[in-house]
Amino acid sequence: MVTEQERSMFSITTSIYNWVRDNLFSSPLNILITLFVFPFAFYLFISSGDWILNQAEWDAITSNIRIFLIGQYPQSELWRIGTVAFITTNLLGISWHLKGIVFQRLSLIILVPLISVILIPAMFLDISIGLRSWLALVSMGFLFGYLLSKFQTISTRVLLISWSLSMIIDFILLRGIEDFGALPYVSTNEWGGLLLTFFLAIIGILLSFPLGIFLALGRRSNLPFVKGACVIFIESIRAVPLVTLLFMTLIIVPLLLPEGWRLDRVGRAIAAITIFSGAYMAENVRGGLASVPVGQTEAAKALGLGPLLTTTLIVLPQALRNVIPAIVGQFISLFKDTSLVVIVGLLDLVGIGKAVVLGNVEYIDQQAEVYVFIAAVFWVFTFSMSYVSQIIEQSLGVGDR
Amino acid sequence: MSSNIDTNDHIISFEDVHKWFGNFHVLKGINIKIDKGEVVVVFGPSGSGKSTFIRTINRLEEHQNGKITIDGIELTTDLKNIDAVRREVGMVFQSFNLFPHLTVRDNISLAPMKVRKWSRQEATRISDELLDRVGISDQADKYPAQLSGGQQQRVAIARSLAMQPKIMLFDEPTSALDPEMIKEVLDVMKELASSGMTMVVVTHEMGFAREVADRLVMFDEGNIVESGSPEEIFENPKNDRTKLFLSQIL
Repeated sequence: MVTEQERSMFSITTSIYNWVRDNLFSSPLNILITLFVFPFAFYLFISSGDWILNQAEWDAITSNIRIFLIGQYPQSELWRIGTVAFITTNLLGISWHLKGIVFQRLSLIILVPLISVILIPAMFLDISIGLRSWLALVSMGFLFGYLLSKFQTISTRVLLISWSLSMIIDFILLRGIEDFGALPYVSTNEWGGLLLTFFLAIIGILLSFPLGIFLALGRRSNLPFVKGACVIFIESIRAVPLVTLLFMTLIIVPLLLPEGWRLDRVGRAIAAITIFSGAYMAENVRGGLASVPVGQTEAAKALGLGPLLTTTLIVLPQALRNVIPAIVGQFISLFKDTSLVVIVGLLDLVGIGKAVVLGNVEYIDQQAEVYVFIAAVFWVFTFSMSYVSQIIEQSLGVGDR
Repeated sequence: MSSNIDTNDHIISFEDVHKWFGNFHVLKGINIKIDKGEVVVVFGPSGSGKSTFIRTINRLEEHQNGKITIDGIELTTDLKNIDAVRREVGMVFQSFNLFPHLTVRDNISLAPMKVRKWSRQEATRISDELLDRVGISDQADKYPAQLSGGQQQRVAIARSLAMQPKIMLFDEPTSALDPEMIKEVLDVMKELASSGMTMVVVTHEMGFAREVADRLVMFDEGNIVESGSPEEIFENPKNDRTKLFLSQIL
């Protein structure tokens, strides 16, 4: 007699056997490739695992974790960063409940690493109890927001306004107010690490996206002046490396601003990142606009919709949906390009890494560990972005032609 | 000048209308007057200008010479007039041109809400009524891509009707449809004609023309070569070109 358990064991082994046969040994060429690649991949896996667990020394990161996360931001004002993180997770929790799959996945992507960091025992991950409890509080934000929206009806409009407002509140909280005791001013020059990377990337995305849309629409305009200006802007920005733009804004922006106005280093870096990314975004959006059939515009016109309504309600939604992968690709490269601000003296995550390694004799041997850590952090966020983009594409795919 | 009196009698009036695409003279002096409630079927070989003609009525194509007056409003470069005309003229296209990112109901209620400024409630009520009228009230929450061609075209008709137009234009509404779906669209159009709607229809569905049209208009090389009642055109065509064309399609 063959028991139920044996039978299921048997079916698992046959399905593994089938998978291996179909995917690894299906043809002579595949057999050859498998035989060559497998030992190599296995060796790579074992040796990198060994390096990460046994050989590498991670104390350059664990003992400087605060600097990696927030740079020179004053220690006494840490609660402000915690509050900003809490507001954000809170809103994510609300959106999770109200808006479904996209925010649900986004929240999980943030929540899973957060909770793992909190729960990894101290012998493996040497970070303070204080940091752990902050991270725990931030994670609680999800639950709090989720429950809040469950017991209190919140409309999409209110949610949208809350998100926009939270951006402004976050900025005021982080930057502080001059001559106001409770929120002392913290110059953006003191922001650093992951905080600065995030700040540059988020503000860069929020500004360059609309800029790109306007430039793309301008480039398709019938007015020769508007069209010409947009073409010249897009083409000249795309002809210049970002590094050059960063230097130029560092020097030129102060000359353009009226007397008495000052834009700090971070502001100038954002200006460079925004116009650079905006020019590329414009070309992505233009591709999307071109993909919308002319019949759509004609139908909208025939219904009496004016040019503005036709563009915002009919053409743009379809155009943007068609180029989500390209747009998210641009966001991802913007996110990675923020590391170039090192060149103009800002200490983002990469800048901090460099400073930690070069600034301390004891950590000079841990260069590899520091950059592996930074690479891992970038990977987590860029991977999340492209993953979320796929989810958005799927969830918008309902009305596909 | 009698043109003032004419525009009061006729809901559509073309006086010596010319149009060029570059060097190509596509409309060569079109004169036609259409009464309120009249159903006019326009036919002719491809490239004869019939599609361009119907598209000048709501100024999807601009004419360069002559005078077009729709319900007393002259079509000029004045944007206000163009908007006013488009509010009164609905159009149904060969390729449906439904908005793929909106549900069927939203396709229909969008323009009434945004152009006529109706409340969502009112617009939804009207769109459900119209979906019922074209016989697909059970599809309101689907997206256009989930419907058959015939259903999509009926949604397109409902979408135009939601703006409560005085005139409906149909530009080859059944040419992109499978044969078994043509009837369902023509039935909706017949019902519309019997309700007293002024209609201009570019089509080669001669059965429909014979049954519904008040007047048939034959286009060839940018001119109206013959027009008359279905009996006149089918039983006794005068123009050789018309005879040849009808013998080919009937």
